[in-house]
Amino acid sequence: MLVYSLIMLVPIFWSLGYTVFEGNPIVGFTFVGLDNIVQLFTDPKIGDALLFTLKYAIVLTVGQVLVGYGLSLLYVFWLKKASGLIRTLVFFPVVLPTVAVALLFQALFAIAPQIGPVNSLLNFFGADSIDWFASGATAFWVIVIMDIWRSMGFYAVLLYAGLVDIPEEMFESARLDGASGWKLVRHIVIPLSLPVLFSSIIFSINGTLKVFDSVLALTNGGPGNTTTPLTLYMYQTSFTYGEYGYGSSIALMLTILCLLVTLVIFRSSRRDLTKG
Amino acid sequence: MTTARQRATKLVPLIAAIGVTAFALTGCSAGNSDGGTTAPDKFSYLSFAENTSIQDTLTALSTGECSAENDALPLDITTQPQASYDQQLQLLAGQNALPVLFASGNTPQVAKDLNSGGKLVDVEQALTDLDKSDAIIPAAKSTIDALYDGDQYVLPTEFNVEGIWYNKKLFADNGIEVPTTWDELVTAADKLNAAGVIPFSADGQDGWPLTRLVGNYIFRDLGPDALQKVADGDAKLTDPEYVKAAEAVADLGAKGYFGPSVTSIDYMTAMNQFLTGQAGMFYMGSWALANFNDPAQNQIGAENVGFMPFPTVEGGAGSADQLAANVGVPLALSKSTYSDDVASWLGCFADNFGSSSLANQGVITGFKVNTPVEDLPPLTQEVQTQIDATTQSVLWFEALFNAKAATTSQTNASQLVTGAMSPEDFMKAVQADIGD
Repeated sequence: MLVYSLIMLVPIFWSLGYTVFEGNPIVGFTFVGLDNIVQLFTDPKIGDALLFTLKYAIVLTVGQVLVGYGLSLLYVFWLKKASGLIRTLVFFPVVLPTVAVALLFQALFAIAPQIGPVNSLLNFFGADSIDWFASGATAFWVIVIMDIWRSMGFYAVLLYAGLVDIPEEMFESARLDGASGWKLVRHIVIPLSLPVLFSSIIFSINGTLKVFDSVLALTNGGPGNTTTPLTLYMYQTSFTYGEYGYGSSIALMLTILCLLVTLVIFRSSRRDLTKG
Repeated sequence: MTTARQRATKLVPLIAAIGVTAFALTGCSAGNSDGGTTAPDKFSYLSFAENTSIQDTLTALSTGECSAENDALPLDITTQPQASYDQQLQLLAGQNALPVLFASGNTPQVAKDLNSGGKLVDVEQALTDLDKSDAIIPAAKSTIDALYDGDQYVLPTEFNVEGIWYNKKLFADNGIEVPTTWDELVTAADKLNAAGVIPFSADGQDGWPLTRLVGNYIFRDLGPDALQKVADGDAKLTDPEYVKAAEAVADLGAKGYFGPSVTSIDYMTAMNQFLTGQAGMFYMGSWALANFNDPAQNQIGAENVGFMPFPTVEGGAGSADQLAANVGVPLALSKSTYSDDVASWLGCFADNFGSSSLANQGVITGFKVNTPVEDLPPLTQEVQTQIDATTQSVLWFEALFNAKAATTSQTNASQLVTGAMSPEDFMKAVQADIGD
């Protein structure tokens, strides 16, 4: 308990305490009451960062869980025992360092100094090259594609573990009842893998709400602040601008957001299960 | 209802306890002890990892002219990447553990904060005490004055002037005279573009080479005090005369004069574009002389690189001989470790840093060159002559902004020239972070 308090609770309360202060270790701290919290509601950049974070979290959660689920179904029903090698290959990007992956994707989608493979492909089909990192809209999709590629192997294995737990007899009896293909998935596979599916969604949404390293390495939040999530804005505020108090307030906001989202998912999962 | 209320009542003391703990924890850490002076046992220097020239000069001095000082207080260099440097300084300052000598941060504001916390040595006074008050050249002194509100608590280990470097051969081939006004500059760019050459090579990824153009236009159009007025709150970047500068630069971008994808170009790629003859002009500081004088990098030949001051704007209040200048990575000395041995090092610096840096690194510093350096490359000599002839310098666009406004300016610069952000919105965003 003591160790837990020291390494978990103390930093959390410490950060919480900073929300009512302004300053940094160089200039010292002054008590400002709720000014930082009020600023959260008036700072237009918070709105942009929050919007980006939510958009990213939703798109990526849907993307990585769906692709992961699709892969896990592929492993279980089509590849069966031969899935080992494919599983390893798909899992491989999970262990790669984020910065290395970001550099790879920068090169893939590059337009200058050299045209990257993606733009070369576009040119091959007669389309013009796209400057992917020049606007937030296109940069967003590069981040999404990169992060789905990086994480799908993890979700595939996680969901695969859930699927192999379903007793074989269930499938056999369903097949005897005439269920096959999509019907089997719809009525047997999805309901029985629901708990692990919800765990994956909670994992995913909490991870994506706190996205930091991949965005920092790929776009550094730019161009402008069009791909800046709350975590990166918090980092910039605290350490680049030296506003520890306001940075802690952003962290507090992010924590509450994660808690709320998790609670909502838990609630909906509980309701679904009782109905089912 | 009752259960909910009971639960809420139980929660009140818990929340209060959390609040008190949090407040106490932060309160404990918020105190800033100043501490006295403790004589250090080594001459510790904390540097940007990316800047090697100062480290190399210090190392050369420690085994050469300053070897006696090094025997008394050995040099000990540590580095930190520039991106996380300010964070490291904050940590060290918070623990009262600043090194003896250190790069003073990414923006002048960091040193200002450290100084207001009483943590820096007044270098001007220290040099006067050592009877070396003329060690810093006047141009560097005036730049430091402008940057640090008239106080001298940093050492100018570089002194850079900025301007537009151009490819002499491409200019001659296309019948272009060296522009002296903004309109002539645009005409020169038109000609280069028509000839299939990128008019301006620029690092859009970092953004500052683009905002430098906005800043220079403002200085030429509105005079050398134009951005001081913004810092003082007497003018706003959203005023039409300031927006005009952003419009002028955005127009160059709209015509595609920064190449096909300025957002993706980083510093070395921009340098490479210019040094391989793909671009006709390159706005950069004189620190790039090292690249220009390196035949391995410079494929157009050092003799083909020319320097022009940023041109005047017709009818403007500024003049082309007010060169943009900066002091590179200024170094500061920690007050709490300033001892007699450190003072000896400072004295040795004052006597030798300028000549050692010029001779060994080819870097022009803000220190007087006490030992003449022979055989300087012609381009370096030309820049040295420009510096000597400069009586008044101007700063750069973000020099007087806080870190937040500087970041906003630089991260949005590429959007300004690609048309993703209008000049009005760009200036509005930067002004919002400066504060109204």
